[in-house]
Amino acid sequence: MYLTDGRPAPATSGTPGGRRTRRIRRAGAAVPSTVLVLGTVSLITDISSEMVTAVLPLYLVAELGLSPLGFGVLDGIYNGVSALVRLVGGRLSDRGGGGGHKAVAAVGYGLSALCKPLLLMVHSLPLIGAVLAVDRTGKGLRTAPRDAMISLAAEPAVRGRAFGVHRAMDTAGALCGPLVAFVLLRVAAEGYDAVFTVSFCVAVLGVVVLLLFVPRRVPAEAAAETDVERAPATPRTPVRALLKRPEVRRLTGCAVLLGLTTVSDSFLYLTLQRRLELPTGWFPLLPLGTAAAFLLLAVPLGAVADRIGRRRLFLCGHLALLCAYGLLLVPTAGGTVLVGAVLGLHGAFYAATDGVLAAATADAVPEDARGSGLAVVQTGQTAARFVCSLAFGAAWTAWGDRTAVLTAALGLALAASLSALLLRRAVPAPAPNSPSEQAR
Amino acid sequence: MSLSARLSLLLVAVLVLGGVAVGATLHAAGRAARKEHAPAGGPAVASGAVRLDDPRRVFFRTMAWGPHRDEITAVPADRPTGPRTASGVRCLRFHAAAGTGICLQAVRGALRDTYRAVILDHRLRPLHRYDLAGTPTRARVSPSGRTVAWTVFVSGDSYAGTAFSTRTSIVDTRGRHLDANLETYALTVGGRAVHAADINVWGVTFADDTHFYATVATAGKTYLVRGDRTTRTLRALHPNVECPSLSPDGTRLAYKKRVKGADPDAPWRLYVLDLRTLHESATGEHRNVDDQAAWRDDHTLVYSLPGDFGSDLWTVPADGSGAPHRLVTAALAPVFPR
Repeated sequence: MYLTDGRPAPATSGTPGGRRTRRIRRAGAAVPSTVLVLGTVSLITDISSEMVTAVLPLYLVAELGLSPLGFGVLDGIYNGVSALVRLVGGRLSDRGGGGGHKAVAAVGYGLSALCKPLLLMVHSLPLIGAVLAVDRTGKGLRTAPRDAMISLAAEPAVRGRAFGVHRAMDTAGALCGPLVAFVLLRVAAEGYDAVFTVSFCVAVLGVVVLLLFVPRRVPAEAAAETDVERAPATPRTPVRALLKRPEVRRLTGCAVLLGLTTVSDSFLYLTLQRRLELPTGWFPLLPLGTAAAFLLLAVPLGAVADRIGRRRLFLCGHLALLCAYGLLLVPTAGGTVLVGAVLGLHGAFYAATDGVLAAATADAVPEDARGSGLAVVQTGQTAARFVCSLAFGAAWTAWGDRTAVLTAALGLALAASLSALLLRRAVPAPAPNSPSEQAR
Repeated sequence: MSLSARLSLLLVAVLVLGGVAVGATLHAAGRAARKEHAPAGGPAVASGAVRLDDPRRVFFRTMAWGPHRDEITAVPADRPTGPRTASGVRCLRFHAAAGTGICLQAVRGALRDTYRAVILDHRLRPLHRYDLAGTPTRARVSPSGRTVAWTVFVSGDSYAGTAFSTRTSIVDTRGRHLDANLETYALTVGGRAVHAADINVWGVTFADDTHFYATVATAGKTYLVRGDRTTRTLRALHPNVECPSLSPDGTRLAYKKRVKGADPDAPWRLYVLDLRTLHESATGEHRNVDDQAAWRDDHTLVYSLPGDFGSDLWTVPADGSGAPHRLVTAALAPVFPR
């Protein structure tokens, strides 16, 4: 949407000297330190949580002799609880006009940290499930206020990139976590207690960094409010009042609509494996491919979002997903290349939608309801994806995987077209001067 | 607070937390090193030749500390607490019948462990290997030794750490035909075909080379199913049955049942189902059992419970009489050849 301000778009690779380079440098410096700190907190926390995730099945089965399947049954419930908690976290954190974000996020991160030593003390499946449920509650609590702080700290002109930086750091942590865990298990065979203790220390470090270096009250980008944001919002805007705003409604609608046709990761990997008859040993590696692409593309695509408009890139991201579905439908034998292409597109989809949706939401939600607004849109999307999983599973068993993917692809094409219509009408041109110019 | 004060606090936190982390790691590493040496008073373990077709021996994965931990070991059938002969073959799960073994093992990789299923001959030499998609949990061999089944937990998704699903495979060791995923079989519950995305199959126990029993879960419920490899079907027989184990005479199934009103952190009890009448009866074991039991003979069950070394084997009469007693410490996955 920032194309409409009539200035030439800055080039991605600058020529030495001249105005272009200066502008690029400034844009490079424009990711605020608060975002980097929050990214660091997420990176550290994800190392901690993915350490546990990576060894948990092995710990349960090989060390405790338990069967982790009970989790599968509870998982749907956990996800539902996590989504509700996210709404609560968003609402709570908006109280106090922005000062609450840090407090609620700290409680969320702290809760998850405390769960790591608890895992060592419980030795039965349901209790371990309960501890993980608390861990997820912490995650649910912290997500919306954290994104609110990122959005408040970053000027609107660089929000996409700020979220991209945050998501890249987050994913880097998620990729490191399993490696740290397996190094520990090399050093100390069956040292699950060491894994959980180190995970706890890492998580506490994340909380310490949050408490010490994130400002208690993230200053809002006061200079650069669009008309939408300047509109008066009642304090403690309830969810219903938020949804009365056409901007929020359209964005939530699109997130839900597209979420309804977004097949869950596990189904995508399962389809990929079956279509190509990949060796089963490859299966655990597939999510790594997506994460790597996400990591590489999150920052550049965030920057692109700032340039061409977040909503536009959000739609483009879903086109990448549509391409991935398309590749799954092409009858071909090109194994490795196709796997790489599908996972690359899948990672690009996340890079173009995950942080970008948060950035787009921040554009549409007044700052005193930022946490709630982010929670509403993200919860809508999560719930829709859950429904999609159920429907896709049913379609798969009824018609086979090929038809199920075809249906999802057609649905996604339709949803993307509708979203394009909805979002096109919803974009008000920003003030003639770019917000980043005004802020200086 | 000034920046330098905050940086100092961060430094202190890093030092303290780093100290705790390093301490915990060294402690675990030291314990791992000690585990390489068998402690005094533990069961005697010595390496030696192990043959799966020896009817005077019982086999299990030994969990006792020492250099042979996790190896398949043989002990005298009449004295399971006696000296252990370790085979050198390490398995997370193991089963054997008629001289065929199945070993689900971890393969150490540079960055992470992977898993594989290895079919073993009667001298525990590998015959075939299959890559596994997840963490091994159950393994069974048909009475003739010809057909083998295993179950793994698959968790492909980061961030969905609590979502596990199972994948159960059956392979014909001679024809080498592999049914990689029993979820592709046609399932009927109460005579009606069930199509659902959330079907999970685990815990196969064989009646013969083509017929078997297993657990199927769908929509939050579990069922005992009877499976047929030739027609590729699963037919539900009885609700609330997990990890069935068929008696040697083929008339009864031991299984873990989720009991109502039980302590929620210990939901499973060991039950026995009469296949002719579908009458189920509780055993004298009132603790939580999360294992696929084994039949020592037509009257006695053996199963694992958490112990000081990870897992001990316990035994209880199958007819509901008597009380459980500990059969062996530091052991898992027992096999009683016949």
